[in-house]
Amino acid sequence: MKKTRTVPELEALQNSLLQQRDPSKPCVRVCLGTGCRANGSLDVLKAFKEEVGKQSLEIEVDLKQTGCHGFCERGPVVVIGPKEIFYQRVKPADVPEIISNTLINGEVVDRLLYVDPSTAQKVLCEHEVPFYKRQIRRILANNGKIDPTNILDYIAAGGYQALAKAITKMSREEIIDTVEKSGLRGLGGAGFPTGRKWRLCREAAGDERFVIGNGDEGDPGAFSDRSLMEANPHSILEGMIIGAYAIGANQGYLYVRAEYPLALKHLQIAIDQAREYGLLGKDLLNCGFDFDIKINRGGGAFVCGESSALIASIEGRMGEPRAKYIHAVERGLWNKPTNLNNVKTWASVPLIIKNGAEWFAEIGTEKSKGTAVFSLVGKVNNTGLVEVPMGTPLKDVIYEIGGGIIEGKNFKAVQTGGPSGGCIPEELLDLPVDFERLMGAGSMMGSGGMIVMDDATCMVDVARYFLDFLQKESCGKCVPCREGIKRMLEIITDITSGEGKEEDLRLLQELAETVKDFSLCGLGKTAPNTVLSTLKYFWEEYEAHVRDRKCPAGVCKELIQYFILEDKCTGCDACLKLCPQQAIQGEPRKPYKINQDRCIKCGTCRDACPFEAIIVR
Amino acid sequence: MINLTINGTKVRAEEGSTILEVARFYGIDIPTLCYHDELTPYGACRLCMVEVDDGKRTRLGASCLYPVKEGIVVRTHSKRLIEGRRLMLELLLARCPNSKTLQDLACKMGLEQVRFQIKNENCILCGLCVRMCAEQMGSGAIGFVGRGQDREVATPFHMASEICRNCGACMYICPVVELQCRGAKSPGELCNSCLVITPQCLEKYGQVTCTLDSCGACIEKEGK
Repeated sequence: MKKTRTVPELEALQNSLLQQRDPSKPCVRVCLGTGCRANGSLDVLKAFKEEVGKQSLEIEVDLKQTGCHGFCERGPVVVIGPKEIFYQRVKPADVPEIISNTLINGEVVDRLLYVDPSTAQKVLCEHEVPFYKRQIRRILANNGKIDPTNILDYIAAGGYQALAKAITKMSREEIIDTVEKSGLRGLGGAGFPTGRKWRLCREAAGDERFVIGNGDEGDPGAFSDRSLMEANPHSILEGMIIGAYAIGANQGYLYVRAEYPLALKHLQIAIDQAREYGLLGKDLLNCGFDFDIKINRGGGAFVCGESSALIASIEGRMGEPRAKYIHAVERGLWNKPTNLNNVKTWASVPLIIKNGAEWFAEIGTEKSKGTAVFSLVGKVNNTGLVEVPMGTPLKDVIYEIGGGIIEGKNFKAVQTGGPSGGCIPEELLDLPVDFERLMGAGSMMGSGGMIVMDDATCMVDVARYFLDFLQKESCGKCVPCREGIKRMLEIITDITSGEGKEEDLRLLQELAETVKDFSLCGLGKTAPNTVLSTLKYFWEEYEAHVRDRKCPAGVCKELIQYFILEDKCTGCDACLKLCPQQAIQGEPRKPYKINQDRCIKCGTCRDACPFEAIIVR
Repeated sequence: MINLTINGTKVRAEEGSTILEVARFYGIDIPTLCYHDELTPYGACRLCMVEVDDGKRTRLGASCLYPVKEGIVVRTHSKRLIEGRRLMLELLLARCPNSKTLQDLACKMGLEQVRFQIKNENCILCGLCVRMCAEQMGSGAIGFVGRGQDREVATPFHMASEICRNCGACMYICPVVELQCRGAKSPGELCNSCLVITPQCLEKYGQVTCTLDSCGACIEKEGK
């Protein structure tokens, strides 16, 4: 039997949950996001469970596993409520102390607090940590607060209120109007307005409609979809139910990579629970509307994140894109009107319905409203999951939230939007991030990857890396993408190995522009972005490779040599012992030399040298 | 009927037809390699790309798949298109240099040099054979296998197909198996290997009588 059959029953459930919960009760929230799990948070949680049992505490403690808090760099993360004390890099051995000091005596375990590197001050609460301070968390708001495997947690946090509002107080037209007015835009390249897409799908001719949630996040370095699916699956389901109700779809699909086992598990638990509570299935919440969601596992093809390839994959065909001159909203899955949105877009919907279009649009820029979620990675001090208002300058994301470049090195470029995005140079660091401006700079919003690179990065090599990824991930259907990327990679590999010619740069440019123009789907159309943006912003670096046969960043092996500075070398043996090639020669306590014929340029010696006596030229 | 403009000329077309069909009906020659009248359009060779202006913006599209829409303005031979097509063909010739079809097209499109490393793959993955087998022969013995660089036409699991009837339709339609160019000859020997023949009408009437490209179709008919 359904546990909540009607909207009043859902509201009653919510109220009783809130009454049962004592906000002053101590609560331990252990992050079980993938990043923290990798750092051992499962052991931390286990230690908490054992210790709470062992110490037979006088006070009652809520022990909760949550999804990703975002500050993955500092995992495992544990937050102690109600004071919201933020402990980072917690080990199982720290657990007894946290329990006896913080939970029982209300004292803070000082050494587990985060130290703000700029002020050297310890920070007590999560929201005071510089990483979180500049963020406005909307989509990710509940990530670190609720247990993703417990629907009651989501309901107690105000979940499914938007659904109740949508089906009792709003017409289908009003729902679409609200989403349209909010300015919410899709995350596939062009940033298509979500409300307008819904309307087109609703108005398209057809007896059956579908909605799809795209969770096939395949970009290297991106994990925002995953974190959301793992940490707050119900927000995605609620958005899809509202969308399906407005559009008139009775079946939804969630397409998620099989490489995201935790996300798949949590989504399935969420779907089962939503069914159990009558929020999915026949006649949901007694409103005469049937809707259910099925999970489809992606087989690991990057191209299946492209909407038409994704649809082909759900249909059981090869994951290949098709031309979209007739859009999926008219003829999509099984040739029926289909509305596909990214999971983050779906998760924004309940917020918009609950708080109104004006609330959503009050932050952001003229054409891009709300917030943007980024997976901040690379050579930045604070890697993690970031949500900022649209229009926040790149500089603020990298320096204020990201805490600047690792080891005090200099910033060189940032790539947004995954392998299909462009590299944005230092001159453009003041660029406010939104759809139009990123596109104007030759990059894109995409799935929200943000890879920061320091001055030890060779931009030609970066372009080569992403082309290599894309040539493997191209489906191979259309000529420009399959052949063009391969040839671009060939040319760029020649350049990085010192065999490039000056005319190669012109051919590369011509090829990149044509591949962008002529490709069938988004993968091919955006694949040359890294090449085009690095050619535009880092032309001198390409020239240095082909004209002077030099790699200014000291990365491309065929173009560099390692040298020992005689005045700095003390003959300490550190490098000599580690060199795998026995290429370092000399007498102890006298400056050493590198035998260039033997050297394989692995860089081990430079890393080992305590005197910075080894340089690359 | 739908009204549209192609290369400055206002034309009318039946609803549901594609830009390529309409353009060819009006005698505008758009090159194709993966298209065949009797098969489902596939949109992979990208030679048939055209510029379409729908009043809001101009975008490039594959004319073999693009359905005609009221009021669109189509350009089929702009500089951007010609240069792009040439590059597509250059990329194909780099992997399949000995095909008569590709070389004839190169000749027609003014492509004289391939700037990429030549690889003899002997297949351009146009998919004509796959569609021919499935749609016209009702067999479906072959399909695409692998992704990206590893993509190839093959039977399932690379095993001899039980449903292949050896009808040869795949070879009949393949643009790169027929009449391969044999390459350079010894001095004094004339090439002729790709059988480019002067139209017979030239001998008969002293002039070429058709205004279309010397496709040679008339010769075959006369011969029979």
